[in-house]
Amino acid sequence: MHELLTAQSGSKKLLLGNEAIVRGALEAGISFATTYPGTPSSEIGDNLYQISQETDLYFEYSVNEKVALETAAAASTSGLRTMCSMKHVGLNVASDALMTLAYVGVKGGMVIVSADDPSMHSSQNEQDNRFYARFAGIPMLEPANSQEALDMAKAAFSLSESYGIPVLLRTTTRINHSRSVAEVGTLQDSRGDGSFVKDPLNLVPVPMVARRLHIEQLEKLKKLRLEADSSTFNRVEGQGSWGIVTSGVSYNYVMDAIREFNIADQVQVLKLGMTYPFPQALCLEFIEKVKKVLVVEELEPFLEDMIKVAAQEQGLTIEIKGKGDELLPRYFEFDPVLVKSAVARFFQLDYEPPRVEMSSDLPQRPPNLCAGCPHRASYYAVRQALGEVGAIYPSDIGCYTLGLLPPLAAADYLLCMGSSVSSAGGFSKAQDQPVVAFIGDSTFFHSGVTGLINAVQNDHNFTLVILDNGTTAMTGQQPHPGVELTAEGRQPPKVDIKALVRGCGVEQIVVVNPLQVEKTVAAIKEIMADRSGVKVVISKSPCPLFERRITGKKQKVVFRVTNECDMCRRCLDELGCPAFTYCEDETECAFIAIDEHLCSGCSVCKQICHAIRAKKKSA
Amino acid sequence: MESWRIFFTGVGGQGTLLATRVLGEAALLANIPVVVSEVHGMAQRGGVVESAVVIGEVRSPVISDGEVDILMAFEPLEALRAVRKCSASSLVICNTSPVAPFSVSSGRDQYPDVSDMMQAISSQVSNLIAYDARALAREAGSELSVNVVMLGTLMRHAKMPFDAKVVKKVLNTRTKKTFLEINLKAFDLGYEVL
Repeated sequence: MHELLTAQSGSKKLLLGNEAIVRGALEAGISFATTYPGTPSSEIGDNLYQISQETDLYFEYSVNEKVALETAAAASTSGLRTMCSMKHVGLNVASDALMTLAYVGVKGGMVIVSADDPSMHSSQNEQDNRFYARFAGIPMLEPANSQEALDMAKAAFSLSESYGIPVLLRTTTRINHSRSVAEVGTLQDSRGDGSFVKDPLNLVPVPMVARRLHIEQLEKLKKLRLEADSSTFNRVEGQGSWGIVTSGVSYNYVMDAIREFNIADQVQVLKLGMTYPFPQALCLEFIEKVKKVLVVEELEPFLEDMIKVAAQEQGLTIEIKGKGDELLPRYFEFDPVLVKSAVARFFQLDYEPPRVEMSSDLPQRPPNLCAGCPHRASYYAVRQALGEVGAIYPSDIGCYTLGLLPPLAAADYLLCMGSSVSSAGGFSKAQDQPVVAFIGDSTFFHSGVTGLINAVQNDHNFTLVILDNGTTAMTGQQPHPGVELTAEGRQPPKVDIKALVRGCGVEQIVVVNPLQVEKTVAAIKEIMADRSGVKVVISKSPCPLFERRITGKKQKVVFRVTNECDMCRRCLDELGCPAFTYCEDETECAFIAIDEHLCSGCSVCKQICHAIRAKKKSA
Repeated sequence: MESWRIFFTGVGGQGTLLATRVLGEAALLANIPVVVSEVHGMAQRGGVVESAVVIGEVRSPVISDGEVDILMAFEPLEALRAVRKCSASSLVICNTSPVAPFSVSSGRDQYPDVSDMMQAISSQVSNLIAYDARALAREAGSELSVNVVMLGTLMRHAKMPFDAKVVKKVLNTRTKKTFLEINLKAFDLGYEVL
């Protein structure tokens, strides 16, 4: 059985924040869960998926975050306790549903998990999703460690259910991907089947309904503000005339700073866990007891601004600071030294941050497409087909974005999931260079399809290459509608990409296997012979890591460089496969070799060079 | 209570995440507060993988530059890159067997001389233990157990608040059966490193 199901009540576990959230949901009797995978949220869905195989929990990987939220909303309206998890930018996709769900409300407790990514470890921006709680008008909880992640996830269901409103559980990478000790509670059975009671005058927000619902929502928020004032997740620690207000992971940095500076008897900390609606009364009571207040929060001055408003309304003029003035930045995640420096500066303590010596000029080690990755072969084929002419390459979000760097250099523009297709259309109408866009299979289903329909309708002129590796590779090989390889063997896809593309109105479609280099180059040349219209190349070959995991297929061959090699370096300079090594022997004579352990046997290199041959892989 | 801020750096596939997990579980078993922070997602795929284990009274899941007590470097170039995390009093345990980054293997960059790099590290920290952990892992039966060899060395030299036996106990539950014997041997070989 899954470890999160077998953990005994009262036992202490070293839980990843994401595992703690799942355990909290199980302790709240969750029945229904949806997600679209995205770092740092993915393990929530992956664990729920595994648990759904062993229990009566309904779980789905939805096609995108908007669909996930709408599906979950219906389950909650049917009375089921429901969780919908996503990364921060996913909530942008789901926000259309969110803004009105806040009016329409929920029946069974509903928790929306937003996993933010300060410092952009795996993201294209570091937006602060706490504003969504305020924007939509829904309550928000922010855990500081795995224990709180568990406790808050659990409590969020009750809170949501009592007020009939979804709750935002807002986490950051250092909560999702840190392990800390959490004492687990008792599992609760899920509720079984839901039921739906027709109630259109509350559930269909036509203007006359929506006007009333908005007022009712604001009434809920008023009551929730009192709830925040008395929440056990909001508390004051310590004593003294200096004040610090903090939430989320920053709380840990604050407490470490206080301990290291030995100022526990001089500082009071207002530790906020329920940060929206803002606990105004509690906060005013706090700032009236201290002489000055430092607000320690990552990213935007979310709490800081609300505290300043509260103070102004009360006519308090004490110093309240956080962002700016060389205290705390609005960008990137915090770390202990950064917070110690801010605390020391604000409260005028002696502190010398450690002197850091950087090692300069070391060779970099950026992440790279794996050896044998079919995306590399697709990029190579497109470059060969286009020759000197080249093209603008709008790209999208997935492993294949790693093709950005030379020698592949196959990404010129990117905004968000699905933007490759729509921006390709824009480029084709705005300027003269040819345009070839790249999108992964999962991303195509997520939000590429709409851009493609738009391109056909508006007579855009570009070629879209759908890099179909049969899985959502980057986030951990989650399924999508076009999956064929499953643990039960190869099955016809639920949704066939080629049929879908044809259904979007595209007439020129070709399916290629990018590991067959010559055929792929020829097919791309042919389809791009004239530049008018929307063409689609489906470049289909499974992610080798995924294929090996699912099928258990053993690799039979590896490739080697023979002594016919004339050191033309095309393999190194055009393919950029990490299995290749440029070496020098004792006499400083250069040669090229292939690392047998890294080579995945894809054979692409052999097809571009006469000096490369197959050999049997040694066991 | 003291604290132990341990920073792990290596290359995707070297098993840094398993090593941090094992150390974290050992602290839990010994009933000592612990926080482990991991890196998932884009950072893998042949890139640098960094993680941290913080044991004792410290709560912060990340360790600032200059504040690492122990640096566990699974790769010499990454050791030098991560030396910014150390102070003069840090202990550095470093595997000297290189994994070339792509810029080096494609002939665009030169891999720095390992003994020069070790010299650069020991000029900055008081205590450096550098050895070929890959060779010891091979001796134990698998190159994949570099991570466990390094844990063995850590448990010998770092004055940890729990015994090597606790770590071995966790290895028993956290490693696949087929690898267990190899891992226990790897741990012992690492423990023998002086």
